Amino acid sequence: MIRPDAELLLDINDLHASVEDKPILKGVNLQVRAGEIHAVMGRNGSGKSTLSKVLAGHPAYRVTGGTVRYRNQDLFDLEPEERARLGVFLGFQYPVEIPGVSNLEFLRVSTNARREKQGEEELDTFAFEDHVHDKLKVVQMDPAFLERSVNEGFSGGEKKRNEILQMALLEPVVAILDETDSGLDIDALRIVAGGVNQLATENNATLLITHYQRLLDEITPDYVHVMAAGQILRTGGRELALELEQTGYDWVDRELAAQGAA
Amino acid sequence: MTSTSTRDLVSQPYKYGFVTEIETDKIAKGLSEDVVRLISAKKEEPAFLLDFRLKAFRHWLTLDEPDWAALGYSAIDYQDIVYYAAPKQQEKKASLDEVDPKLLETFDKLGIPLSEQKRLSNVAVDAVFDSVSIATTYKEKLAEHGVVFCSFSEAVKEHPELIERYLGSVVASNDNYFAALNSAVFSDGSFVFIPKGVECPMELSTYFRINSGDTGQFERTLIVAEEGASVSYLEGCTAPMFDTNQLHAAVVELVALDDASIKYSTVQNWYAGDENGVGGIYNFVTKRGQCRGDRSRISWTQVETGSAITWKYPSCLLQGADSVGEFYSVALTNNCQQADTGTKMIHVGPRTRSTIVSKGISAGRSSNSYRGLVQMGPNAKGARNYSQCDSMLIGDQAAANTYPYIRSQQPQAAIEHEASTCRISEDQLFYLQSRGIGFEEAVSMMVSGFCRDVFNQLPMEFAAEADKLLALKLEGSVG
Repeated sequence: MIRPDAELLLDINDLHASVEDKPILKGVNLQVRAGEIHAVMGRNGSGKSTLSKVLAGHPAYRVTGGTVRYRNQDLFDLEPEERARLGVFLGFQYPVEIPGVSNLEFLRVSTNARREKQGEEELDTFAFEDHVHDKLKVVQMDPAFLERSVNEGFSGGEKKRNEILQMALLEPVVAILDETDSGLDIDALRIVAGGVNQLATENNATLLITHYQRLLDEITPDYVHVMAAGQILRTGGRELALELEQTGYDWVDRELAAQGAA
Repeated sequence: MTSTSTRDLVSQPYKYGFVTEIETDKIAKGLSEDVVRLISAKKEEPAFLLDFRLKAFRHWLTLDEPDWAALGYSAIDYQDIVYYAAPKQQEKKASLDEVDPKLLETFDKLGIPLSEQKRLSNVAVDAVFDSVSIATTYKEKLAEHGVVFCSFSEAVKEHPELIERYLGSVVASNDNYFAALNSAVFSDGSFVFIPKGVECPMELSTYFRINSGDTGQFERTLIVAEEGASVSYLEGCTAPMFDTNQLHAAVVELVALDDASIKYSTVQNWYAGDENGVGGIYNFVTKRGQCRGDRSRISWTQVETGSAITWKYPSCLLQGADSVGEFYSVALTNNCQQADTGTKMIHVGPRTRSTIVSKGISAGRSSNSYRGLVQMGPNAKGARNYSQCDSMLIGDQAAANTYPYIRSQQPQAAIEHEASTCRISEDQLFYLQSRGIGFEEAVSMMVSGFCRDVFNQLPMEFAAEADKLLALKLEGSVG
């Protein structure tokens, strides 16, 4: 839902970032307001995933230029955990396994860290169990997953559902979902997309990083951005995704070549 | 990485590092036959004990300090150590009211209140300060059940026949270099006797405190569980911060007769030295349990977090048929700490079983080695062992080693060994952080997850404690 007067949640200006001294982001500009759903598309290596990691504060990525303001404060002043507590959420493409750490306990500590920041009371073990059981429904997840170690031995689809469960618990202001659709069969994709749709409100925003159009059949974006060579090359509405579906990314190469020549 | 770094994380001050100002009765530095005789005389010991000491001392003189462990430390000058130091007070007090308030205060500060009003409700405590036991709580209540729980010196006076029968029966005075040294000069420790058929009604615990800077601590613990008896015992240890090293060479002997069960837990938090490896305790300990009777069981659980040097292999001699030995260990080293620890499971009797679960965590520039022996004797038909040794590395300067030794003379014995090494990865930490969990909490969550199998074995009162201790020790170690 596009409302020009809605709060500007994320304001990315000329963002440059590199990994191991290799520049990946080369001047990204993007504004995200409350209520909006953005899709960032592009080929592998275009910088989409790097953008999501930089926003969440992954230590392997170094910001080399530009600014990002989150709700009017400098995002890069904040540690990753601080960003999360303030409502920035990254749904991982490859959620890591953490052996020995109980999923339930992890979810509880995480939820309480966010609640504390919002001035809400901490949930004890019992209260949290009730709370989490409500949220399980969002992703149709079996409570048995709560008893296991974080993501350990989960299938690809189970890991992604666990990500959306975390999103449901943390109630983020800006949710960045990095290739959440990758590796999912169509049923799992529908469940995950259904979860994202249920969680989208007029007060939050979603940034979908995706390679394929098929996720966008389930979640309707307000904006579609095409990334290439570390920049947003073109921005449009939903129709841009459909156009990409038909024409592929070849035009991107032509456009980049033209830019290079210019 | 953001402003926190793994290496800065470990520099949490040691909160038990204070020294109690108290007048002590100390003998002069140095070790000789006269010193051994002097210790024995100060303790008014019976002749058999003096003989035991002298025999041990004469044997010790013929031994060389062992050098096979993966440990490096400067030579110990055995003549530069005080072998007996005791806070000045007459006799052991009949009641706690007569104990020097400074001592009670010391134990209060350590979280071990001894006074009637404050003491732990279901744990009996023997408090050992430098070379002597200063108080034992709940003695009367335990006596009603026939349980003897007192300092070693008291046991020598009141139950000499038990001491004479069992002392040195599991760890002989000539067993090894440090055991021989201990046998010659040990000063105090705890004695536990659980008579036939009695289940000890409460947890027993000894708390060891080194206070003097130049004193060695040589305590001796002996636990005997008669037929069908059972007991759970816990020891805790702390010491002040000195920039010199103190020697701690203890001997613990456990005897379990038919159907008896002994659970022995240790939370060791001796001063570990500073971040450059200056100071700290040298911990050379011989711990061994003998499952003498059929169907008896001995279980060692240890959480080793302190000491500059740890050399320690709590072992089980599984003699009785169907007896069971267990070893659960968490050893954490940080900064310049070195640990060479593990166990020996000696299967003698038929169908004996043993389980080894070892979790080593190395951070900073420390080195952490697991060294374990599983031996199946010719009569250990149907015996089984399962070993699992996991190491976790934190940072990129720490070392972990595993030295499993397996010897079997019995074709019908089964031995299983699993080992793994992992590192806390940046991606795992980032994952937890991106869910609002702070860096240090993320590390301690992962570490306690890693140790969970062992913590589950600790008495409940101490499991949470151990968890906190580990978190504290690791603060500043990751980044």
